[in-house]
Amino acid sequence: MALLELRDIQYTVSGRNILAGLTLAVVAGEVHALLGTNGTGKSTLASLIMGCQGYSPDSGEIRFTGTLINDLKIHERAQLGISMAWQEPARFEGLRVRDYLTLGMVAERPESALRLVGLDPSRYLDRMVDRSLSGGERKRIELASILALRPKLAILDEPDSGIDLLSTDDIIRVLDHLRNGGSAVLLITHRDEIAAAADRASQICGGRIVCTGNAGQVTADFKSKKCISCDGEVCSDE
Amino acid sequence: MNEFDELMSALGTAGGDEAILADPETAHLVVVGNRIVSSRSLPGLEVEADETEGGVRLKIRLREGVHLTTPVHTCFGVVHREGAQQIEIEVVLERNSSARFIAHCLFPKAERVRHIMDAHIEIGEGASMGYQERHYHGPFGGIEVIPKAVVRIGSGGRYTSDFTLTDGRVGSLAIDYDVEAAEDAVVELTARVFGHGSDEIRIRERVVLDGENARGIIKTRIAVEDDAVAEVTGITEGNASGARGHVDCMEIIRDRAVAKAIPIVSVTHPQAKVTHEAAIGSVDKHQMETLMAHGLAPEEAVDVIVKGMLG
Repeated sequence: MALLELRDIQYTVSGRNILAGLTLAVVAGEVHALLGTNGTGKSTLASLIMGCQGYSPDSGEIRFTGTLINDLKIHERAQLGISMAWQEPARFEGLRVRDYLTLGMVAERPESALRLVGLDPSRYLDRMVDRSLSGGERKRIELASILALRPKLAILDEPDSGIDLLSTDDIIRVLDHLRNGGSAVLLITHRDEIAAAADRASQICGGRIVCTGNAGQVTADFKSKKCISCDGEVCSDE
Repeated sequence: MNEFDELMSALGTAGGDEAILADPETAHLVVVGNRIVSSRSLPGLEVEADETEGGVRLKIRLREGVHLTTPVHTCFGVVHREGAQQIEIEVVLERNSSARFIAHCLFPKAERVRHIMDAHIEIGEGASMGYQERHYHGPFGGIEVIPKAVVRIGSGGRYTSDFTLTDGRVGSLAIDYDVEAAEDAVVELTARVFGHGSDEIRIRERVVLDGENARGIIKTRIAVEDDAVAEVTGITEGNASGARGHVDCMEIIRDRAVAKAIPIVSVTHPQAKVTHEAAIGSVDKHQMETLMAHGLAPEEAVDVIVKGMLG
């Protein structure tokens, strides 16, 4: 049984089909990359899985460990074992890194989580998760929070984007650690070398998953603009 | 339990530590109503304290070049359900001296209490004063608090104040601070207040940067819920070359609460610069979702955000 199953998800905004019959399965313990050009609904899909406000499918099922979770709130999904690192992580005035990394049911000590994302705990644990952090530092701390939580499913929305880019090695190290700890990862990325480090990958186009398979192959096809669905017409906007 | 013990009990409830009063290296003054019940001074720190009909009159002077290594603790309060207390304070820090003051203002049973503080503070050249004011008003909201301060900072001097009223009810609060900063002086005013029920919060803080390269920031953090109202006026004037000022106000509202921010910035010198930012609204959705994705229930997430903002 898949850990996460999306069945025939329809999601429309102002009459525009964002997701049109999307079906996807992520199995326990795998790193699954989601590839697609800008505007194909990758981040929307992440928000739908997490249950963010305003993101509820018009139809279709989201199942986690077999349980229908369409109507569950974010924290209820988190308590089942889903968590997410946003593309633009929120900042919190007055909240220390050490406290942020111990929110919820944490499985990893904040010190080791910080080390895994390349941050020195002695320099960062007492800093605030606020505007004093650079974009890159904040993204690393967001990844550290996912490592600390060690959820059954981690959704990583473009961990490689933004200023002060995380290095490829850093992200792959995080993916390996999550996988070795038993977490599955749904990874949204634009970087081929990171996607290629996944176990499997899926390509999204026209609001649907158009292919799923070996990460290296799907990534190579995506890079060469091969799309079995639109024959490159939709996917060629990047 | 006598009044002193009651006040100390309230101090403990508010997170203070009565043991500080027994420390011979720490200056302190405890006033219950209009009675001075305990005090200690230190070399270089002169304190004149007189009981008046409605409170106390204090004159505090820190001699030139004296640096107090431990904070001066003052404890003001009314322990009965009804009462009034008027504190008149004159503080002088002579040149190149420095001290930190922590004022505990305790009104644990207030149902009909009025507390007025009228302070005049002179900070000499190169002197530095830190002032923390921590209030605890109990659960009833029947209190009116009117802190008023006029502060003058000499060249190269520094004044930082941090007003906190985040435990218990606020009642009616009307802060009115005026600070003038000479050349190279620094002023930082911070206020954090959490209003509930029918609490009324009015804060007016004015910083006048009259000296070259004077710097000032007014930072206000307010959370209001139920039917509480808050109005924050932050005024900064930049009147000299190199003067830099900033007004930073953040207010979170819930339920039927109403919040208002009025930043007023004024610059009369072409090489002065004053900026402001204000954010008022409900709890940030992205922050909420991030915390909920850690498994926190919505009310727990709000608690983390508000507590963080209020420091």
